[in-house]
Amino acid sequence: MSKDIINVDNLQVWFPVRRGFVESLTSKEQRWVKAVDGVSFNIKEREIFCLVGESGCGKTTTGKAILRLVEPTGGNVKYGGEGLTAQQVKEAMEKAISKKLLTKQEAEACLSSGCVEVTKLPKDKMKLLRQKMQMIFQDPYESLNPKQSIYDIVAEPLVVNNLGQNEADREKRVEKALDDAGLRPPKHFMWRYPHEVSGGQRQRVGIAGALVLQPQFLVADEPVSMLDVSIRSEILKLMLDLREKRGLTYLFITHDLSVAYVFSDRIGIMYLGKIVELGPTEEVIKGPRHPYTKALISVVPKPDPRLKTEKIILKGERPDPAHIPPGCRFHPRCPYAMDRCKTEEPEPMYVSQEHWVSCWLVTGEGKAQ
Amino acid sequence: MSLLEVNDLKTYFKTQEGTLKAVDGISFNLEKGQAMGLAGESGCGKTTAALSIMKLLPANGYIAGGSINFMGQDMAKVTGEKLRAIRWRDISIIFQGAMNALNPVKRVGDQITEPILLHEKVDEATAEKRVKELFELVGINPSRIREYPHEFSGGMRQRVMIAMALACRPKLVICDEPTTALDVMIQAQILTLLKNLQQELELAMIIISHDLSVLAETCELLSIMYAGKIVERSSAIEVFANPQHPYTKGLIAAFPNIKGERRMPASISGNPPNLIKPPPGCRFSDRCYMAQDLCKQEEPSLIEVLPGHFAACHFVKPKGV
Repeated sequence: MSKDIINVDNLQVWFPVRRGFVESLTSKEQRWVKAVDGVSFNIKEREIFCLVGESGCGKTTTGKAILRLVEPTGGNVKYGGEGLTAQQVKEAMEKAISKKLLTKQEAEACLSSGCVEVTKLPKDKMKLLRQKMQMIFQDPYESLNPKQSIYDIVAEPLVVNNLGQNEADREKRVEKALDDAGLRPPKHFMWRYPHEVSGGQRQRVGIAGALVLQPQFLVADEPVSMLDVSIRSEILKLMLDLREKRGLTYLFITHDLSVAYVFSDRIGIMYLGKIVELGPTEEVIKGPRHPYTKALISVVPKPDPRLKTEKIILKGERPDPAHIPPGCRFHPRCPYAMDRCKTEEPEPMYVSQEHWVSCWLVTGEGKAQ
Repeated sequence: MSLLEVNDLKTYFKTQEGTLKAVDGISFNLEKGQAMGLAGESGCGKTTAALSIMKLLPANGYIAGGSINFMGQDMAKVTGEKLRAIRWRDISIIFQGAMNALNPVKRVGDQITEPILLHEKVDEATAEKRVKELFELVGINPSRIREYPHEFSGGMRQRVMIAMALACRPKLVICDEPTTALDVMIQAQILTLLKNLQQELELAMIIISHDLSVLAETCELLSIMYAGKIVERSSAIEVFANPQHPYTKGLIAAFPNIKGERRMPASISGNPPNLIKPPPGCRFSDRCYMAQDLCKQEEPSLIEVLPGHFAACHFVKPKGV
């Protein structure tokens, strides 16, 4: 079995709710928006792992927390790819121990498994590691600076990280990245500005900007949702090609189950800051076990009017992550909710070797880790 | 006579670079109580076509030709008071992005009573009663009419927009990407609501969307637009079961189907043509896998392939008409 590139364990990202003046005087307890509230999964080498959920379920925050673009408030993220030398990892761990972020045992366990504990890295080491962990953003219309040429946009990560010996070397690297992102010939695009190219090409520029540092792991946050349907699969195919050619591993974040279905290897369904079901894509989509997954799959519009399928339309909208319901967080909208669901939170249960579900209705073969 | 007959409609925009032919000769009919989907990529002219029907074009846009026959009047020619009397009373529109279409400093109830008081000789109490009925119809608690838009969630705001569109009991409602900004679950709620309302109130509807799968679930009729033209038009079932135009085929194949086989959808490479200087011949020829010399020179006209099924391609031949 191939090794884990990413291992997320009980990740938490809580944002404090700002208190008003009066509230702070009456010393009400600090409230939190629990955007990510205990998420665990792993991504194997060269795997495409997909997080799916409605807006506000915490999928983007999870992706950002793995890269530490937002600081996690709890849990661990281990990165098992290349990036830092053994010496650098050792230094980082020692610093973390001296700051009492890690105990000696944890650091040793981490070192012996050949992983880096991302959440405990000091800033300078994180910067080095981020060369190997990059992000592709959702909106190619908003994420590219209109005043910079495509060359400047793609070369910026090199400048920031002080890479490339001279201008000629940088140009070569930018050319290679553009070429790999399918903007061919690169010379033709390099000196243009974002407004001069189409939406699909803009997204390729975004991908080139991530590729230029030769990363190993990419977080792709809804990379095709802003694009016209006719060019979406071009971008998806490009991402698959890059996986073959460069051995990339992806965390793919989307709200679109049908895209996740055709693109990913494994899928995790998120609801209100937690993964409720996780398993191989085909198994989850064809045999969903959690009531939320079932409902979500049933309402995906099908591009064929001859297919009449029954829809499970959930009442209401998702609750506010500042007021997470007790017990199973899905129970207020669940068509099958029982008394137990209102008070006790279900534990993940394996229903097959790699497929687990958190629901009291599901009796599995044993607890997940 | 149909409720709406659009005939060779041309809507152009004056821009600095020249005249942009956003809609360039489209025709279709819509009967009372029918729902038609208008699909196409961004920039194909689908929204412009709909705005032309309501004459809500921006200042540099104008109707350059054709007619829009709505209930016996040519909307292309109607202006002034007469136009104002038709707008919202007989035709209304649900705009894209309900977040921005509501006035943030007015109570939602007041925003809906406004068109009722303008168009009908009723007092405020009657209008308010109507708003409460409308709220019930679209599934909002009637006690919320005195709230402001920010107190509603995205899906609820879209319901408010729908209630507003229905305020004067229109015959035709245009929905411009009604669910684009919404989550799948809310999308399903809104689409079910629109479909029920359409059947209950015998509304005619034009639903504009780039998402064929949304239209597949809501419309009986389907028109596919490409670069300012309708390239295929028929019943939705017929278009999906028996697509004729290469663009339609490509577009359908571009949608992943969660109920189908697990494979990567197809893509249509290339970009739509510039509509300021559209190429001669078929506008899709640059991206078409079937294109021949003929396609680059001569523009195909919309022909009836099967009864009620039209397509504009040199390579489709009428079958049994």
